[in-house]
Amino acid sequence: MNSAARPLEFRDPARGRALAQTLGRLTREIGRDPVSVMHVCGSHEQAIARFGLRASFPRALDVIMGPGCPVCVTDLPEVDEAVALALQGVRVATYGDIVRVRGTACSLADAQAEGARIEVVYSVTQAVELARRTDDEIVFFATGFETTAVATAAAVLDDPPPNLSVLSAHKFIPPVMEIVAEMPATRVEGFLAAGHAATITGWEVFEPFVARHGIPVVVAGFEPLDVLAGLVRLLELIRDRTPRVVNMYPRCVTRQGNRAAQEQLWRVFRAAGGCWRGIAHVPNGNLRLRDEWAHLDARRRFRIDVARLWSQVPPALAQQCICGDIMAGIASPSACALFGSRCTPEAPVGACMVSSEGTCRIWHEYGGHPDLGATG
Amino acid sequence: MTGLIDERIGLRHGAGGRAMRALIERVFLDGAVDGAVDGAVDGAGDGRVGLAAMDDGAAIPIGDRWLVITTDSHVVQPIFFPGGDIGRLAVAGTVNDLAMMGATDVLALTCAVVLEEGFPRADLERIQASMRDACREAGATVVAGDTKVMGRGELDGIVLNTSGVALTDRVIPDCGLRPQDLIVVTGSIGDHGLAIMAARHGLALEGDLRSDVAPLNDLVRRALAAADGAVVAMKDPTRGGLASTLHEMAAKSGVGIVLDETQVPLTPEVRAAGELLGIDPLHVANEGKAVLGVRPAAAAAVLAALRAHPLGQRAAIVGRAVAERPGSVILDTGFGRRLLSEPDGEPMPRIC
Repeated sequence: MNSAARPLEFRDPARGRALAQTLGRLTREIGRDPVSVMHVCGSHEQAIARFGLRASFPRALDVIMGPGCPVCVTDLPEVDEAVALALQGVRVATYGDIVRVRGTACSLADAQAEGARIEVVYSVTQAVELARRTDDEIVFFATGFETTAVATAAAVLDDPPPNLSVLSAHKFIPPVMEIVAEMPATRVEGFLAAGHAATITGWEVFEPFVARHGIPVVVAGFEPLDVLAGLVRLLELIRDRTPRVVNMYPRCVTRQGNRAAQEQLWRVFRAAGGCWRGIAHVPNGNLRLRDEWAHLDARRRFRIDVARLWSQVPPALAQQCICGDIMAGIASPSACALFGSRCTPEAPVGACMVSSEGTCRIWHEYGGHPDLGATG
Repeated sequence: MTGLIDERIGLRHGAGGRAMRALIERVFLDGAVDGAVDGAVDGAGDGRVGLAAMDDGAAIPIGDRWLVITTDSHVVQPIFFPGGDIGRLAVAGTVNDLAMMGATDVLALTCAVVLEEGFPRADLERIQASMRDACREAGATVVAGDTKVMGRGELDGIVLNTSGVALTDRVIPDCGLRPQDLIVVTGSIGDHGLAIMAARHGLALEGDLRSDVAPLNDLVRRALAAADGAVVAMKDPTRGGLASTLHEMAAKSGVGIVLDETQVPLTPEVRAAGELLGIDPLHVANEGKAVLGVRPAAAAAVLAALRAHPLGQRAAIVGRAVAERPGSVILDTGFGRRLLSEPDGEPMPRIC
C-alpha cells in the first residue's frame, strides 16, 4: 500500500478553515436564514461528522443529510427477508453495517444470537469465494447504491457457483432526489451529489433533474476539502441563481461515467418501484434482478417466510416515525414523539437512528449540534 | 429485544462497550455489597477496588500493601496472526491488566486451556512456546494450570484463560483525572485490531500491519518511577479501543477529555487499513499500549521515560482533561470538534 506512506491530500486544516470562512461569506450574500442544502450520501455525512466539519459551518447554513445512507433506507421488509432466510437455516452473507439493523421484528445480529449463520463480507467477491468453499446455500444480501450494485452485477455475470443466490436490496439514487424535490414543504435549495456513484453514472445523469426542478447539483468527493469546496460551489450557484450541474470531483468523475459498468448494471438489474425506509414509495428506486437471472434470485429460489416474523411484531411504532420529514429537512429530530425515548441507537425505529451517520443518531449522541469550540 | 440488555446474549455484549457494561451491571453486580470488596469502587477513599469498579483488576489490602488480582479469557480468530498469537495475547493481557493497576512486578500467573477435540498438538506447542517467551519478557511465571477438552463443534479451537496476582504499594485506578491533567498514550494506536481484522477477512494488505501485543509492565514501571506519584489514572485501550478507554476514564473521573486527533500516533499501515475498511483506529483494540493520565508538571518526565523504552518510542501527549462536559470525549480533528462516540459492539466496516 504505497499511498499509505504519502501524507493524505485534501486534509489541510488551514485550507479547510479558509473554505469555511467562504461559506460564511456566501451564506451572508444569499441573505436567507437558513440556506438549506442536502447531500444524498452516507459518505458525505461520514466526512462531515468524522472531521467535525459541522462545527465550522456558518449557523445559517443547514446541511441536511438526505436519504443517502443505504443502510438507513433499506426497508424493513427487505431486512425481514434476510432475517427470515437466516432463521430458515440459509447462510446469509452481507455487509457489516446492515447486520445490526432491525427489520420489523429483529436484526440479522439478533438472528445470529438465535443460531442463524451470518457471514460478514467486505465485497460480493468474498461471498462468491465463500460459496465456492462450501456446499451450503449462500445468500448474498446485497445492499447499497449504484457503486455496490455494479459489483453485484459483475459477480452475477461472472458465472457464480450454483449455491450462491442474491437477495437484492440495491437502490438507485437519482429517483429519490426527485421525490425530495417534489415534497410540498421542501426547503432544499441545492444538492451535493455523491462522487463515487457518479463515477459510474456520470454527472450527466443529473442534468434532467436540474432542468426539471431548477435546483443546482454539485458532484463532490469525500475528503474534507472536497466536501467544503463542493459546498462553496453549491452556494455560489444558489447565490447566482444559475442552476446547473457542476463536477467538483473531476479526478474521478466524467460526464458520461463508466459506460461498461452501466451496461453491466442494467444487464443484471431492472429498476422497480419500492419503499425506502422512512421516506416514501420511490418509483424506479429499487434494483431487482432481471428475469434472465431468476435462477440466481434468492426470492425465487427460496420460499421466504416473513409472515412468521410479523406475528412477533411489536406495536407499529414505525407509523409514528417522522424520518421522512427529517430527511426532507422539514422537521428536526426533537419534533418526533419517539426520539430518545422509544427510538434510540440501541433500539432504532426509524432510518435516521439506524446508522451512525443518521441525523437522529447524531442528535442523540451529540445533543443536537453542540458548540464545542470554547470547551477546555 | 430492545435496549442494551436482551433476552439472549449477542456478540456486542462481549465487545467492551456500553452493552457489555450494562450486562455486567445487570447480571454480575446484582448482589454486590456496598462497602465489601466486591462492591468497592475506585476512588471511594480506602483504596480498595472490587468488581463494581469494573477496573482492570481488583485491589485487596494485605498489610500495608495491595494485592492486585485479575483474570481474562482469550479468544481470537485467527489464533496465529501477524505480530503474535493467542498465547502471547493471554500472557500480555493479564500482565498488562495488573500493570494498569500499578502492579508491575508479577508474582504469578495461572493458565487454563480449553481445547476443541481435533486441535493440532503442534499448534498447542507453538502457543505454549509463545507464552513462555512472553512470560520471560514480563518476568512472570505460570504456576498453576488446567486443561479441558470439549467435543468437536462445541468450541471454536481454543480458549485460554489467564489469571494473575501482583503486589503494589500504590494502586492506580482509572478514575483519578482532574481538569488540566494530560493524557499520554505509550505508542501508535489501532495496530492489533486492524491487523486482526485484515487477517480475519483475508485482506491482502501490503506493508507491515502487525499486532502490537506485548507485556507492558517494564515500560509502566519506568514511567511510574519517573512520575513520582503524578500518574493518576491508567488503562490499557483493549476492546473498544482508545475511544472506549477515554470514555471510561472521563466518566469515572467526572471530567471531559479533549483528544487532539492530530497528535494520536498512527502507523501509515493502520491509517490506510482504517480508511480502506471504514473503521476508525480509535475504536479498535490495542494489546501493547497504555493510556496514562498525568499531572501536567510531570508530563515531560513521564514522556521522556516512556520514549527511552523500546515499547514507548512513539509515546505522545494526545489530550487533556477539562471541567466541562464530564463523561464526554471531545475530538479535535484540526478542522473542527465533535464528540467522539463510544463504540457499541464489534466494529463493522461500512459499505459506503
